[in-house]
Amino acid sequence: MSTKPKLYYFDGRGKMESIRWLLAAAGVEFEEEFLETRDQYEKLLQGGSLMFQQVPMVEIDGMRMVQTRAILSYIAAKYNLYGKDLTERALIDMYVGGTDDLMGFILMFPFLSAEDKEKQRALIVQKATSRYFPVYEKVLKDHGHDFLVGNNFSWADVHLLEAILTVEEKKSDVLSGFPQLQAFKARISSIPAIKKFLEPGSQRKPVPDDKFVETVRRVLHMYYDVKAN
Amino acid sequence: MSGKPRLTYLNGRGRMESIRWLLAAAGVEFEEVYLETKEQYDKLIKDGFLLFQQVPLVEIDGMKMVQTKAIMSYIAGKYNLYGKDLKERALIDMYVEGISDLMQMILMFPFSPPDAKEKNIESIKERATNRYFPVFEKVLKQHGQDFLVGNKFSWADVQLIEAILAVEEKVPAVLSGFPQLQVFKTKMSNMPTIKKFLQPGSPRKPPPDAHYVETVLKVFKK
Repeated sequence: MSTKPKLYYFDGRGKMESIRWLLAAAGVEFEEEFLETRDQYEKLLQGGSLMFQQVPMVEIDGMRMVQTRAILSYIAAKYNLYGKDLTERALIDMYVGGTDDLMGFILMFPFLSAEDKEKQRALIVQKATSRYFPVYEKVLKDHGHDFLVGNNFSWADVHLLEAILTVEEKKSDVLSGFPQLQAFKARISSIPAIKKFLEPGSQRKPVPDDKFVETVRRVLHMYYDVKAN
Repeated sequence: MSGKPRLTYLNGRGRMESIRWLLAAAGVEFEEVYLETKEQYDKLIKDGFLLFQQVPLVEIDGMKMVQTKAIMSYIAGKYNLYGKDLKERALIDMYVEGISDLMQMILMFPFSPPDAKEKNIESIKERATNRYFPVFEKVLKQHGQDFLVGNKFSWADVQLIEAILAVEEKVPAVLSGFPQLQVFKTKMSNMPTIKKFLQPGSPRKPPPDAHYVETVLKVFKK
């Protein structure tokens, strides 16, 4: 196994994108193997590489890690993006839980029917602007620091930026009522490792399209209709 | 704030049950506040208790913690149920997340329409016996130890025993192909704190019934 982490997933965002973001933010180079055929997936299954028969899977430090949150927690801790003590970790976990729930509404979006997509878009914007963004806006306003937790760059900041940009793709002016978040977005985007990740040619994946949906359905034999939350 | 953690949720399992299990397993006494009306819930939100307007809420060590995973990670970390290093924590996290996916099916079950219930039990049975239980059966067989990770009692063991019992309520013979898990179930059930939690009169909640579903729908009605 090479020393760089190796990511096994489709050539697209899905559940792996947050992991790409976090590794990139930590300045960690990684390799990727893209699942394109059912055969590849079955080979991984038969080889026993997928603990619960699912991807994402990340080979890192001699482990074949699965379960997105487990992988993210490991990376955060390893690269000192998880706060300085249990209390800061608790805050980071809470904040990431929120942005994770928000991004969860977007994860299924490409798989929805055209009609459901419109409803879901409205739901995403409503949740973002009434439940999630106000929380982070207030956190930043109350302590006046550059970063969400402990005046130090952490996983929570990376995840929030990812969430902001992803929601903006659904409604470009969604930050209009949130001055703190606008400043946060500019600040975190200009951190060198993140700036690099946001440039063309990085391993950041584009907005999922029909080809991505087709690939996922084909590889996972996931042909059922996906309903909106 | 009193020394004991205070849990705010409905008087039933839902997402709070795993937290009750973990606190109990750690030997930590806790208080509970039960949501019975929409007004109580709206007041909690208005008073700024619920970071994302959701329960579970656990008041612990001066924090108003929300987000089930965050709460459990904190409890596991605080009470030494999270392994001895990053790698053990990674294993525990993987196991817990997997089991949690299985528990999610059980969580949603009471809210599924009556004509889907039989199909859902089949799905739970299929996932438990083909995807999740084989993993832990193999882990226990390979290292031959009593506990899943690092030869020491951890959050992963608590989550697994909770899941086994919850699935058994739906699929009574589900452990029949899993001798290691049968032994594991007996061993965990006999650990003093867990044994106490499994006795009548403990904070453990019964399987969700129609009244529980009704209360959930009423309290969280938009």
